[in-house]
Amino acid sequence: MKDYFFQDTIGKPMDRVDGRVKVTGAAKYSAEIELPNMAHGVLVGSTIAKGRIKNIDTKAAERAPGVLAVLHYQNAPKVPGYVQAAHPTEPKPIGQPHRVFYDDKVYFNDQPIALVLADTLERAHYAAKLVKASYEEEKHTTNFAKNTDKAILPTAAKRNPRHGLNDYVRGKEDAYKNEPLKIESEYVIPSEMHNPMELQAIVAHWEADDKLTVYDKTQAVIGTQNAFAREWKIPVENVKVIATYVGGAFGNGLHTWPHETAAIIGAKKLGRPVKLMLTREQMFTMVGYRPHAWQKVGMSATPDGKITAITHEAIGQTSSYEEFTESTLQQTRMMYTSPNVTTRYRILPLDISTPIWMRGPGEATGAFALESALDEMAHVLKIDPLEFRLKNYTERDPEKNLPWSTKFLKEAMLMGAEKIGWSNRPMQPGTLRDGEWQVGYGMGVGTFGAHRGRATVKATLYPDGKVVMQCATTDIGPGTGTAMVQIAADNLGVAPEQITFELGSSLFPPSPSQGGSATVASVGSAVRAASIALKQKLASMATGNADSGFRGAKFEDLTFQNGQVSLNNSPGTKLTYSDILKQQGLPELEVTEESKPGEERQKYSLYSYSVHFAEVKVHPLTGQARVTKMVSCADAGKIVNMKTAGNQMIGGAVGGIGMALTEGAVMDVRFGRYVTKDFAEYHVPVHADTPPVDVIFVDKPDFISTPMGTKGIGEIATIGVAPAIANAIFNATGKRVRELPITPDKLI
Amino acid sequence: MNQFQYVRPTKNKAAIDTVTKDPNATFIAGGTNLLDLMKRGVVMPEKLVDINKLPLRKIEKESGAVRIGALALNGVVAEDKLVLEKHPLLAQALDAGASAQLRNMATVGGNMMQRTRCPYFYDTALPCNKREPGTGCSAIEGYNRMHAIFGFSDKCIATHPSDMGVALAALDATVLVSGPKGDRKIPFVDFHRLPGDTPQIETNLQKGELIVAVDVPENNFAKHAHYLKVRDRASYAFALVSVAAALDIENNTIKDARLAMGGVAHKPWRLTEAEKALVGKPVSEHTFRQAAEVAMRGARAFEHNQYKLKLAPNSIVQALKTAAGLA
Repeated sequence: MKDYFFQDTIGKPMDRVDGRVKVTGAAKYSAEIELPNMAHGVLVGSTIAKGRIKNIDTKAAERAPGVLAVLHYQNAPKVPGYVQAAHPTEPKPIGQPHRVFYDDKVYFNDQPIALVLADTLERAHYAAKLVKASYEEEKHTTNFAKNTDKAILPTAAKRNPRHGLNDYVRGKEDAYKNEPLKIESEYVIPSEMHNPMELQAIVAHWEADDKLTVYDKTQAVIGTQNAFAREWKIPVENVKVIATYVGGAFGNGLHTWPHETAAIIGAKKLGRPVKLMLTREQMFTMVGYRPHAWQKVGMSATPDGKITAITHEAIGQTSSYEEFTESTLQQTRMMYTSPNVTTRYRILPLDISTPIWMRGPGEATGAFALESALDEMAHVLKIDPLEFRLKNYTERDPEKNLPWSTKFLKEAMLMGAEKIGWSNRPMQPGTLRDGEWQVGYGMGVGTFGAHRGRATVKATLYPDGKVVMQCATTDIGPGTGTAMVQIAADNLGVAPEQITFELGSSLFPPSPSQGGSATVASVGSAVRAASIALKQKLASMATGNADSGFRGAKFEDLTFQNGQVSLNNSPGTKLTYSDILKQQGLPELEVTEESKPGEERQKYSLYSYSVHFAEVKVHPLTGQARVTKMVSCADAGKIVNMKTAGNQMIGGAVGGIGMALTEGAVMDVRFGRYVTKDFAEYHVPVHADTPPVDVIFVDKPDFISTPMGTKGIGEIATIGVAPAIANAIFNATGKRVRELPITPDKLI
Repeated sequence: MNQFQYVRPTKNKAAIDTVTKDPNATFIAGGTNLLDLMKRGVVMPEKLVDINKLPLRKIEKESGAVRIGALALNGVVAEDKLVLEKHPLLAQALDAGASAQLRNMATVGGNMMQRTRCPYFYDTALPCNKREPGTGCSAIEGYNRMHAIFGFSDKCIATHPSDMGVALAALDATVLVSGPKGDRKIPFVDFHRLPGDTPQIETNLQKGELIVAVDVPENNFAKHAHYLKVRDRASYAFALVSVAAALDIENNTIKDARLAMGGVAHKPWRLTEAEKALVGKPVSEHTFRQAAEVAMRGARAFEHNQYKLKLAPNSIVQALKTAAGLA
């Protein structure tokens, strides 16, 4: 399929530009950075959930071989930018990130209470085991289920009545309650822990008293730079953040965490660089996670399948010191035609660490409840769930009362249904078998805002025809660098091999953080803008040269292709970009362009859409459930790279399988401490849990979203997968499991 | 982890002497469990006696049994021709354990010596009688989804995590050990202990005793044997419940049977009463269901492992059906 300027590269399954360095190990991740005279830091965590540190005994640790210092609240260099207040919520009710080594207070179990610095990693680990603390324990609140009555409206909503986290009523409030045909169900998801392959790691280096460089695992180069500048009260330009390679992040790099500041404190104290990598166990407590959530959905419909009302309530947990919120109920407000919709979102502060967005974030949580409820309603109505969704399909955003920019979800649904073999789905649950195994089919829809932010790209053309582009975005795995090269190649008329896209440094022009599926939209648009600006400069040089044969030609009279510019009506008249630079005697040609969204976002409602189909088999005696087939379809505008985008969709589906069947952190609420905190006990799906995933892209451009016609896919790859599987399990067994993960004990 | 001394003897006797004399020395083979425990500070041996150079890797026929050296790797045993021919149940159980990478490091002796996966045992911040006798059992009133329904005590309700051990318990295996006082044989079913008042003592090995081999006697179960492992994901997870089932069938009648379960007790749990209930009966789901009922006598569950009271008998039925060719 060829669309407007997509000449050569965009859409093609081009190999990753950094594939070779990644598979050969040449790519250096934060934990692999070695600096001269570097020390190693290991954090010691608290063993209580709430209280005060009475005494911290570091003598044995300090005496251990190779130990350089043991830092804690009594002796650590003070972070000048920490808000000085007894409780983190005192200056601002919304709270703040945990202030590491600030005082003797403990807010969550495994809170960092000491940092052991040693000459080697092994010695630091050994000495960390020797640090002993005693506590004055206070009664902690960590039992989510027993405290849901203490959930509160987020401060952001309290302050601003127009804030999206406020209660929402369209039509009549809770209208389903008085309807004859209705369902009402509660859904629970456990906390899901961020466990990318790469552990969180930082190398902190004070190059001068007020000049800080960090090699840090982050999704937010500029955000991290600003955060540390604030913390240390130094000029932003004195903070350098490097994140050249990131080994998966899924949201946990969208916030700065205590270990990062701890490493910077350590480097300050020692006057030498400090490397600090969390252990796998610490990944469960010292960075964020998808919060444990309770939801309730009430829904009513007419006998012929028109939804008349939906009420969707959600409570997500947060910490006692920082309010974390997410858009759990967004999909409920805009996905279906229902004239009456009520949503209520609350958060429950507990004595635990702060959650963070995790792929698909709140929308994935919300979609589990909404799309399960839809399946329950369809079952009550005896209507096929696909048909039910099509009957309630909206051609206009009922929440914002705006037209969609583009929406091809219906097409996606029909393509996916065909591919999975939806016609094999029995209307009566528990009736289809394959030998002993019960077979079922389920579907789930996902949506996520097609966001776009402000980004700037610097592009430099050299006389040898090579182009270097730079932006302070990251590549956490989706293949950002590759997509940017493709967009640049097509927009600049230069072969991709000639283009280098550099990212992951705060020295480059600014970019939003890499979250919310917005990087191609934001940074890609800036790449395009920079490409066009370069071409315009080349054009004016070519047309300004009396001898060139281009004299008098306008920009639109020119074709830019294969590194050369030619006249549309006289293709023989051409000049290579190199020749133009050489004629002008220029060592390089440089442009810096900012790109940002415009008024289109007030006129249209912009979303990406997905629909996931699952075939499952369940063993009736042992309760084992296997996803035997998955089809994931995305309506996400123009796809820049079929290979990396397809890869992203598969990864999202696997994440969804984990959410549905295997993942869940368990806390012993007597101690407020997690009891499943390694890969043996916290189960991410393994290969045997994941069937081949068929990915289908509608691949129709949305030029309202971006000039390339793209929309994001990172989140929608996961949103809707878990309910598709839960619904398939219901179809196979007649058992409706409303609490994830769906492990064998729930199916026997 | 703590600092430790490391020695690598080449003779059994040297290894045994070192561990016998040094109260804080311990054997290490594949290290797939011991190193994890050391990293977490759960165990802190001061001397590691690496036995990988000892001549204990052979798998051979020996007086009517298959003798498997203590250092034979789990992955190697699972693919060994003799084992596959004579004791496919054992091969299946080994294949169900851990991951390919771990099976390529883990040894038969080490597999028997692995510690429970009870989360409280692993978290040095929490009470655990097995790790620190007298501190209390956190699991009894805590998160006990993976815990025992048979043979537990008020001191400990942990389970033994081995798959291999479940097959060895079913197959009447014998453990050959060598120690400071000479060689002896321990029936596999008596090798591990129930927790009682001393959950920290998990086997009947004496200080310095080294496992040198396991004998699995000849039997007639090769045709009808199945190891079923029910777990939270399709691979690389410990058993919620596992069943080793072996039948000797003649004219649709069960001549002899072996049955053991994993994930239900402090040791691989042999089900001799249920075996008796199978013998002489026709091959049928009804027979298997009756045997499963016998097997479950005396089972008692805690807050989070109630499901095992249903999953365990279901799994016995399913394993027997599969072994008999009914599934």
